[in-house]
Amino acid sequence: MSAFDDPFDPKVKLASQGCSCGRHSSQAEHQLDEDARIGRVVETTVMRALFPHDETRRNFIRAVGASTAFAAISTLFPMSAAKALAADRAPLEKPDLKIGFVPITCATPIIMAGPMGFYSREGLNVSLLKTAGWAIVRDKVMNKEYDASHMLSPMPLAISLGLGSQAQPVDVAAIENINGQAITMHVKHKDKLDPKQWKGLKFGIPFDYSIHNFLLRYFLAEHGIDPDKDVELRIMAPPDMVANLRAGNIDGFLGPEPFNQRAVYEEVGYIHTLSRDIWDGHPCCAFGVSEGFAKNYPNTFAALFRAIASATEYAHKPENRNDIIKAIAPANYLNQPIPVLEQVMTGHFADGLGKVRNVPDRVDFDPFPWQSMAVWMLTQLKRWGYLKGEINYKQIAEEVFLATDARKRLKEMGLPAPASNYSKHTIMGKEFDPAKPEQYLKSFKISRA
Amino acid sequence: MSKSLTFRAYLLSMLIFGMVLLGWYLATLPQQTAVTTQADAEYAALMGGGAVKKSGMPTPAEVGHTLREKLADPFYDHGPNDKGIGIQLGYSLARVLAGFSLAALVAIPLGFLVGMSPIMHRALDPYIQLLKPISPLAWMPLALYTIKDSSASAIFVIFICSLWPMLINTAYGVAAVKHDWLNVAKTLEVSPLRKAFLVVLPAAAPTILTGMRISMGIAWLVIVAAEMLVGGTGIGYFVWNEWNNLSLTNVIFAVLMIGVVGMMLDMIFGWLSRLVAYND
Repeated sequence: MSAFDDPFDPKVKLASQGCSCGRHSSQAEHQLDEDARIGRVVETTVMRALFPHDETRRNFIRAVGASTAFAAISTLFPMSAAKALAADRAPLEKPDLKIGFVPITCATPIIMAGPMGFYSREGLNVSLLKTAGWAIVRDKVMNKEYDASHMLSPMPLAISLGLGSQAQPVDVAAIENINGQAITMHVKHKDKLDPKQWKGLKFGIPFDYSIHNFLLRYFLAEHGIDPDKDVELRIMAPPDMVANLRAGNIDGFLGPEPFNQRAVYEEVGYIHTLSRDIWDGHPCCAFGVSEGFAKNYPNTFAALFRAIASATEYAHKPENRNDIIKAIAPANYLNQPIPVLEQVMTGHFADGLGKVRNVPDRVDFDPFPWQSMAVWMLTQLKRWGYLKGEINYKQIAEEVFLATDARKRLKEMGLPAPASNYSKHTIMGKEFDPAKPEQYLKSFKISRA
Repeated sequence: MSKSLTFRAYLLSMLIFGMVLLGWYLATLPQQTAVTTQADAEYAALMGGGAVKKSGMPTPAEVGHTLREKLADPFYDHGPNDKGIGIQLGYSLARVLAGFSLAALVAIPLGFLVGMSPIMHRALDPYIQLLKPISPLAWMPLALYTIKDSSASAIFVIFICSLWPMLINTAYGVAAVKHDWLNVAKTLEVSPLRKAFLVVLPAAAPTILTGMRISMGIAWLVIVAAEMLVGGTGIGYFVWNEWNNLSLTNVIFAVLMIGVVGMMLDMIFGWLSRLVAYND
């Protein structure tokens, strides 16, 4: 990261080693690795084209040996020319971008891509703009003040459908993070570990169109509590949740990190349930762009996707988490104490009840925007009365969540991508089949649909 | 006598300040936390291990330290979301001045019109009465929706809140110009434009400046809230950002700075109104 340090800071070592991404000891080594990565993608593509079946490829390689195989194929196919072509990327239509984020750990890949050089590696010059709340994110995206933004994953669905705003198409290019939320309760409710005892309590949620709202409602309803009648749900910003918890205005909240851990750190709350225990692998925040962006600036969009996807891939690996914390903690980004972020990102944390827990996938990162997840969100929008009437689940999900596009690009980058856009998900032990949303919707005892 | 009064008042001020500091100091004395029942050292370490946490009511010493630290380097710029207090105040002042000047350009001529012409006064009065009590921030969603630019929306909110005191005071000042003077002007057959600039304006100037002073006070109150809403830059954003960090020390520091700048703005207008004051 030395290239991004302030050269006027007397403490900075000018001769310090390191590359623009921070993973290599020098810029030259970084470039070698980068070239090798592009090279591998080209090799993979060629091998796939030559040998569509694993069986034949394995037999061929076993028979002649890897290096001979490579040499043989190189004579048939101009491998080096293809590699040079792949490395020489299309010119960017709009290299200067404004990207909004809300300072929570869900935005990790969007944020770290700045200081850790993922944007600049793609030739993008990104200003990361901290935004005061979700309604402002919505307005700034709709007003085109931001080229792309961190959003709650149900927000693009809501904006595209005109819920809580005028209808305007917004696309989900990638999912930012999975898991990473929690239900935090006030320490005075230490004895109320059973959610059935929560009738009459007040809970904070960050936004109507948030996975937090859906998960909390789902969780309460599964325990026989009607979220509209038996408890009070209040919309508030995450730092307000900690302050209101301390003041006793709310009894608990389902919010983003680091505020659950912050409540524990401030000794006002305890972590009751991690969101991964409600739905392991649930999407939380998304990387959204206005509909026109991908069409008007295809190369820029592709570069942006590569930057975000490789940052997400990097953030997924536990061994990188400590470097990431250092990059995102300063006042310019999350502005949070490092011990709190460490507990969130490593999953080695104090739960507020006197126990130390180890949950490595407490926060995780996976960019693939499953359309089945969009369908699930639509069922919940309908279940709680935000969305009325007949809707075409599949059509909306496919218009907003750009899964096919994401798969193509992930494959080009040599990153893992699932074969299908739809998957069955298990939420609190109950299976959700995206092919039968109406049937799923009818299966709930507590519902407004 | 008056010198000793000033001296005694000064002494009393210092005494009040000392009392406040002492009360604050006593209220924020570190509490003797009971030794945690968990002997688990690992858990204690994760909970901060007794380290001073940034939230919670800070002590006077901590605020003093922050004050020194932030004022030592008020113009640093560590990227779009982390700028020094001087830069943030600069952004806020620029927005206030832009909105305020626009409001003055509209309110003072309109106030003249309303003050000079009884029929305009009657016609416009219902609108002024209706629009005056609306909280400036209530305009924010409408502004964001129509202007489609958050910075311009903040300036618009300043404009709309500065407008009414200036308009009403100008109209009042103009209407209250002594009839004797207007009659003299009439006798001398002074042209209407000359009358406006040489007779009415000087006579109404103190009232107009009072209106401007009130407007500036309101504008400075409103900009903090407006910037907390839209974020980005400015002293209001600074407060929001530190609130997001749950750092009360920095919030207190920002509150002090807002007070100091507000006081200076008020002093400037106080000085200006002394310049245009006159005695019969």
